[in-house]
Amino acid sequence: MSDTLLRGRAHVLGDSISTDVIAPGRLFHLRSDLPELAKHLLEDVEPGFAQKVAPGDFLVAGRNFGLGSSREHAPTIIKLAGVSAVLAKSFARIFSRNAINLGLPVLECDTSGIREGNELEVDLETGVVRNLSRGSTVAFPSLPPVMRRILADGGLAAHVKKHGGFALEG
Amino acid sequence: MAAKTLAERILSDRLGREVRADEYIVSPVDVVLLQDGTGPLAVRVFRELGKRVPVNPKRTVLFLDHAAPSPRQELSNDHRLLREFAGETGCQLCDIGVGVCHQVICESYVRPGDVLIGADSHSCTAGALGAFATGMGSTDVAVGMALGETWLRVPRSIRVQAIGKLPVGVSAKDVVLHLIGLLGAEGATYRALEFAGPVVEALEVDDRMTLANMAVEAGAKTGLVASDEKTRHFLECYGRAEGWKPVAPDAGGAYEQTISIDVSRLAPTVSLPHSVDNTATVEEVGEVPIDQVVLGSCTNGRLTDLRIAADILRGHRLHPRVRLIVVPASRRVYLEALRQGILGELVELGAAVVTPGCGPCVGVHAGALADGERCLATTNRNFKGRMGNPNAFVYLGSPAVAAATAIEGRIADPRKYLK
Repeated sequence: MSDTLLRGRAHVLGDSISTDVIAPGRLFHLRSDLPELAKHLLEDVEPGFAQKVAPGDFLVAGRNFGLGSSREHAPTIIKLAGVSAVLAKSFARIFSRNAINLGLPVLECDTSGIREGNELEVDLETGVVRNLSRGSTVAFPSLPPVMRRILADGGLAAHVKKHGGFALEG
Repeated sequence: MAAKTLAERILSDRLGREVRADEYIVSPVDVVLLQDGTGPLAVRVFRELGKRVPVNPKRTVLFLDHAAPSPRQELSNDHRLLREFAGETGCQLCDIGVGVCHQVICESYVRPGDVLIGADSHSCTAGALGAFATGMGSTDVAVGMALGETWLRVPRSIRVQAIGKLPVGVSAKDVVLHLIGLLGAEGATYRALEFAGPVVEALEVDDRMTLANMAVEAGAKTGLVASDEKTRHFLECYGRAEGWKPVAPDAGGAYEQTISIDVSRLAPTVSLPHSVDNTATVEEVGEVPIDQVVLGSCTNGRLTDLRIAADILRGHRLHPRVRLIVVPASRRVYLEALRQGILGELVELGAAVVTPGCGPCVGVHAGALADGERCLATTNRNFKGRMGNPNAFVYLGSPAVAAATAIEGRIADPRKYLK
């Protein structure tokens, strides 16, 4: 499968999933042990959540995903758990910037037709989510060019190393 | 030249060319803020970038405030990493006890017209001094340290025009909670919230910081207040008058929306679990028993806040069920509240005063809740799990509401104590 075609199952979440439930403050001491922190991903929403995620799966949420704290550990452990992209009706600003910086695609689209366990195929190139289980498709708008460039380089640190600074023009 | 909003004004002045909302820019960074929850990751990314010393170590400030003093070995090791990094690079270290990053950055580092990035979502607090201040993740901040610049989309602005006169028992906290209730938790996403009008002009910087601090709870990129004589006075109090300059928006700037709030009509307001925009007035909440009251934090842990609470509590007792935890926002606030006898009064009543920092607010230590407990806090977030337990309930309110609640053991209206 090419880098721009992702396939996996949907794990459906509600609205307003905060970084406090993605990576809880009571586990603050695990922030320098991210593989351990990743085992606790979203456990305050559903105990054992991280254990049911298979590599390539998607988080599918409602509005304002990732609101709250700037902790980059939240998108980091989502990625570490094997999630290939997050789909939501909308994203909080800092979260979406962090996710792109880490090379984790965040796709703003109408997620209301996606059910738990649906098999999805996401085409990052054409901006389409195909719901293979239900035979439906939804489109998502492309990211702003600045974020596309960072994502294409594999995240912000890789972008800066490659170009020796910001190369966001043109 | 087109009229500018405050965000456009600050960024245009800083870049030395005219910038407009929606434009993508690479901006110089004047002040960088890191804390012990996000700093270790930022330091690792910074080193991965192959850098040894940040572009501007004198204005790169590392705070040990979220777990201060450290409650466990993993965090002690994180603290050591940051102390050693400061030692190697000449970055500024604010060790345990100095205070919450957002308070200390305003007291000692940021100047009007600066661009500040912080690895903490409440970095928008410094917008109260007329700086463009915004929260980011560790990687963005590490890159800002390494390059001395950051990329931004110049935000559109929402102007919040506060008019009227604050009634007795109603404060900046009630205004901003009311505003977030109006806007919703994503009502200002990607926007700058520009606080203005006669009410804001009359507020001291301490209270303006409460407004700017909570801008992110409506999703905003920053919360801004023009820099004026009040700002100059604030900087003077901290021996930094030379850093002052006026910063103001132009008349006729292009605002996406103007929200006018007549504060005369506001009542003490609280946010109910588990969302900051879930607001109600104290009259509307009904009977809500409270186990713990937290007075303090970067939102409401300044001298004015502690004094308001002490004035209400004087002559009363704490309700037997209530634990009162007091968190001064900084060491300077702590010392001044000691000198003025405010902390003595609170401790005699039974309050537990903890080290200036973030522990109880962010659920790390010093006030984690038990299953089923309810807390009324003057902090800025009440998400599920926020105060260390997903089975507990956090309500947000002003220092006056906190004090009345501590007396009655249930969410209470402070106005009856202020007649």
